[in-house]
Amino acid sequence: MNNNLVILPIVIPLITGIALLFFRENIKLNRAVSAMVSVMGLGLSFYLMSVVQAQGIQLMTAGNWQPPFGIVMVADTFSVIMLILSNIIGTACVFYSFFTIDEGREKHYYYPLIQFLLVGINGSFLTGDIFNLFVFFEVMLVSSYILIVLGGEKPQLRETIKYMVINMFSSTMFLVAVSLTYSVVGTLNMADMAVKMPQVANQGIVTVIAIMYMLVFAIKGALFPLYFWMPRAYTTPPPAISALFGGLLTKVGVYALIRVFTLIFIGDTGYTHNIILVLGGFTMLLGVLATVPQMDFRSILSYHIISQVGYMVMGLGIFTTLSIAGAILYIAHNIIVKSCLFLISGVTEKITGTANLLEMGGLLKHYPMVGWLFFVAGISLAGVPPLSGFFGKLVIMQAGLLEGRYLIVAVSLLVSLLTLFSMMKIFIKVFWGEEKGIPAQRVPHGKMIPSVVALVALSVFIGFNAEWIFSYAMLSAEELMNPEIYINAVLAKE
Amino acid sequence: MELLMTIVVGVLFAIGIYLTLTRSLLRVVLGTGLLGHASFLLILTMGGLKRGGPPLLSGQAAYTDPLPQALILTAIVIGFGVTAFILVLAYRSYQELGTDDLDKLRGVEDE
Repeated sequence: MNNNLVILPIVIPLITGIALLFFRENIKLNRAVSAMVSVMGLGLSFYLMSVVQAQGIQLMTAGNWQPPFGIVMVADTFSVIMLILSNIIGTACVFYSFFTIDEGREKHYYYPLIQFLLVGINGSFLTGDIFNLFVFFEVMLVSSYILIVLGGEKPQLRETIKYMVINMFSSTMFLVAVSLTYSVVGTLNMADMAVKMPQVANQGIVTVIAIMYMLVFAIKGALFPLYFWMPRAYTTPPPAISALFGGLLTKVGVYALIRVFTLIFIGDTGYTHNIILVLGGFTMLLGVLATVPQMDFRSILSYHIISQVGYMVMGLGIFTTLSIAGAILYIAHNIIVKSCLFLISGVTEKITGTANLLEMGGLLKHYPMVGWLFFVAGISLAGVPPLSGFFGKLVIMQAGLLEGRYLIVAVSLLVSLLTLFSMMKIFIKVFWGEEKGIPAQRVPHGKMIPSVVALVALSVFIGFNAEWIFSYAMLSAEELMNPEIYINAVLAKE
Repeated sequence: MELLMTIVVGVLFAIGIYLTLTRSLLRVVLGTGLLGHASFLLILTMGGLKRGGPPLLSGQAAYTDPLPQALILTAIVIGFGVTAFILVLAYRSYQELGTDDLDKLRGVEDE
């Protein structure tokens, strides 16, 4: 099915971003246009979802060059789910930015940069071509470099250099992997690669290429040996940007990992997917252990991102329809709740002026609303039923038990407990105890709350409608586990 | 020819990785640049080296595959933009932080 609708989530933010570049001084216009476009993008992604549901996988072939030769955009259920999530977070963060980002940043292309970041993220979700995935990664990364360094404070400069160098290295590795792929199968269209990879005579080289891609996406997704760059880079910018990055950027890496390792590299799952499973186990355990000594609100949240990427990858590593569906459900929950927690950390930072847990306390008495919102989001992250985190974990663990992977299930249960521990650490330090760091004057923060409330409500909604959301996750997992659906749709074998 | 190019790519990678592991910021930037060039050459080599054929489907049998060149062109443009940005960033951080020694940019003193 050829449908130009598929490219709109990329084109609309792109045009908006370029147009806004010319109106740097006019903050009101910037805000109004960003808000409008975000809401529009959200509506569009839901519409695309309904179209994909009704008519199957949608394609956009640029210039009507038929795949595998032309550039192709593909919207299947998984990419549309991710698209909806990225637009939800984009909208929430844009609205939150109106009241938290200082005028200096707003005048220096903050809103256009958010639009460009969304171009990269949406593009990565929709592309059907591995080289275009590289290009959209770069669009996303360049915007993220600038968003991290915007403001030019000393820690920002320091962390941006490290973040940039590690990402430039991983981009180089991506190019190497792409060139090896091209030399082996002579195509870069993902569906065509999936057809031709099993036909390669020397399957050893295919595994080498698979590991190259795994390395690249593991760096972007902050997996076990390669996560060290992430927590500091994500804690230096303002909370609105942290929320956007923490919610979405690593998940783009996870998305690419799931896409590539369910579509293309499924020839030797006993080798590659076991590596993924082991990496997932170490990622979740070390990520959560690293939070224990941390006393910075956003550092704790950042290390938790690592630990939760572990769960998603564990779902991929077990590699059954059920486990992939669990991973998708968990990604949906995690993107929402993680961004929400970063936004709440922004609220408490605004109230107390610090992110250090030791310098604040007793906020619950004066700001009960913030406290209870954090409580709900926090236990949802830890996976307490009936909130959204519980069901994703439940499904992944169930799939693990069915496959007899008892060790990884045990590890993930332990990690859940430790997550609860560290969420409670934040809750106790920030909201209970003696009052510390609270200004005598009540700090106005009401305008920051709606984005947070919306995300918490969404998390609760997912929790109480898990069955319904899970049916979508299951649908997209079935599509992923039967790659011929994707291949036939793209290569149009009629 | 392929063998020669592969060796060149290997040497470039080695130098690039050596430079990115040094402490001086400028060398790291140069190192990332060399790594980029190594990967561009690798794409060209992996696409199959050929002389004397235009990258067009003409009537003649011999033609060069145009795709690796298109890929490299895109990658070079991206690499150019990113390198320009990191150079500015490195200069600005040298001004603000007063050092280009990466060991002094660890940023752990506050923990």
